[in-house]
Amino acid sequence: MAELLFWPALLAYGEAAVAYLNDVRHPGLAGRLATWGVRVGWLVQTALLALQAARADGFPWSTWGGSLNLFVWLVVGAYLIWGCQPRYRLLGLAVLPLAVVLFILARVGGGTGIGVQSHYSNLFLVLHVGLVLAAFAGFTLAAALSALYLWQERRLKRRESSILRLRAPALSRLDEVAARTIAIALPALTLGIAVGIARLRDRGGGFDALMAVTVVTWSVYSGYLVLRHFAGWRGRRAAYLVLAGFVLVVVVRLGLPVTHFAT
Amino acid sequence: MSIVLVGISHHQAPVELRERAALDRQRAAELAEALAGGRSEAVVLSTCNRTELYLADESADAAEEKAEVALLALESKLGPALYRLRDEEAALHLFRVAAGLDSMIPGEGEILGQVRAAHESGATGPLLDRLFRQAVQAGRKARSQTAIGESPASVSSAAAALAEQVFGDLEGRSVLVVGAGKVGELAIRNLVSRGATIASVANRTGQRAEELTERFGGEALPLERIEEELVRADVVLSSTSAPGWILTREQVEHALHARKGRPLFLIDLAVPRDLDPAIHELEGCYLYDIDDLEAVVAETLAGRRREAARAETIVAEEADRFRAWQASLDVVPAITSLRARAEQIRDAELSRAKLNDAERRAAESVTAAVLNKLLHLPTIRMKQAAAAADGVIYADAVRHLFGLEDER
Repeated sequence: MAELLFWPALLAYGEAAVAYLNDVRHPGLAGRLATWGVRVGWLVQTALLALQAARADGFPWSTWGGSLNLFVWLVVGAYLIWGCQPRYRLLGLAVLPLAVVLFILARVGGGTGIGVQSHYSNLFLVLHVGLVLAAFAGFTLAAALSALYLWQERRLKRRESSILRLRAPALSRLDEVAARTIAIALPALTLGIAVGIARLRDRGGGFDALMAVTVVTWSVYSGYLVLRHFAGWRGRRAAYLVLAGFVLVVVVRLGLPVTHFAT
Repeated sequence: MSIVLVGISHHQAPVELRERAALDRQRAAELAEALAGGRSEAVVLSTCNRTELYLADESADAAEEKAEVALLALESKLGPALYRLRDEEAALHLFRVAAGLDSMIPGEGEILGQVRAAHESGATGPLLDRLFRQAVQAGRKARSQTAIGESPASVSSAAAALAEQVFGDLEGRSVLVVGAGKVGELAIRNLVSRGATIASVANRTGQRAEELTERFGGEALPLERIEEELVRADVVLSSTSAPGWILTREQVEHALHARKGRPLFLIDLAVPRDLDPAIHELEGCYLYDIDDLEAVVAETLAGRRREAARAETIVAEEADRFRAWQASLDVVPAITSLRARAEQIRDAELSRAKLNDAERRAAESVTAAVLNKLLHLPTIRMKQAAAAADGVIYADAVRHLFGLEDER
């Protein structure tokens, strides 16, 4: 059954990624097909996750592959909130290929199967893993928005004559949406970390490198919001800071199988 | 009935000729009324780029002559610049006009409204009514299915579109206008039409600045106060005739501290330039001068030309549909006569038969069904033949075979 849901979801995401590429060359129909691909893929993946949850003994996404599966679902879900608007289709060009690759990795890592067993309690993992992953999904999207900001800003600075032919979202809008996404993701990360620390104090255990990087990540995004609010950090500098934070997110994601889940 | 088009356009006629043949809506309606009459129909399409008379008449030659006389009465020197088209060619031409494919700037949007207005004030009958309706439809289709009309085609609209690339919606964004000359006025209009607010107009002479603020709002200022206004402005539009920089990098840099990272978009339409090009190097500042804007317009126009090829296909398809419809008109009278004759025979035979009410109802139903089935295929075939330009031959054959000549 999982097979029946994984492949259509992957196919729909793949179709969307290719269609977004075509939309750059010939805007219109390809963009609409891409949007539908994202919607269908996300719905099918939702069904896959629901099935995993129903058949699992404990929290079904506690493995590296499983958490990647959930992460893809969260990223695409967050993208769907405004990514379907025509101006944001360029963002799909960054998000969907990434989603396809990560979804395949999730399968390779055994995260798309059914009947997963977990030795952690459901409530702890839902709160800890769920919140941290939701925050990371938000940061990933903010990074994509910031990358798009830097690309569009570069075109404006270079005074590219084709700037009105291939239109990206406005700079101010990209800046604002990235900040809003981080403002939502950061409290989720804070809560996720707090749950982890509470469990650590309750059950004992060591403070690993991954936890340290996660705390640094939290500091970077907190710093971003503080600087934005009090020092008026906007535009290019702010976008670079978001991308720096995202590098840490990638480190944490890649570090998961070797450190955190092993403890 | 034939369609005849006689007209002049920017292709052959210079503006000195076109302006003499240009008609306002009232005069165009009066001319259309004068040219129509009896079964004839007329529509006059007059814009700054063309004056075209569309006539539908039994005699194409007579209609053409009538249209020529009408145009030459407006200006006797139009003769060599006149073009004449008929039926399919006239229809295709109008469809191309409505889609903006015959305009100076491919895909310009104003022409579609002008075609619609000409239709509304014309003296139309079934033929020209259908032609103009379909032309408007073709124009809409070309615009919605291609990007022919999407990108800006003038420096002032490109400036406003670039400001949108920085700020998104311009609603409520404040504009500082420097210089109150005619050059900047079009750009002001474009910015205001997209929701921007004119916050202030700075000019050497206060009178002209006040004239502009009366029309577009905002406050008239002396040039010395530009720097303090920079803190509030989102867009700076400059078009003075000053010989040196009106605004330097240092002045903008100074204002940036108080702007808290808000971006600033600067448009320099002046030659010689008003704004120090080094401003563009500052973070969050985007300065476009006249050359930059013209390069953007050249690129968007090239894009429009590429889209025009796709729009031509759409327009050709619409023209084909119209041709098929017009051709079907040749066979419609023959089909109507054939059906009338068949009904006449059926009625006569039924009235002769001695039947009770129930039997009569059954017989009427059966004979009507037989008649419909029998005539269905010939009707379809005649319409198909009409579309393939053999309609008249088939119509004549049907009239001859069924003895319908008298009903012509």
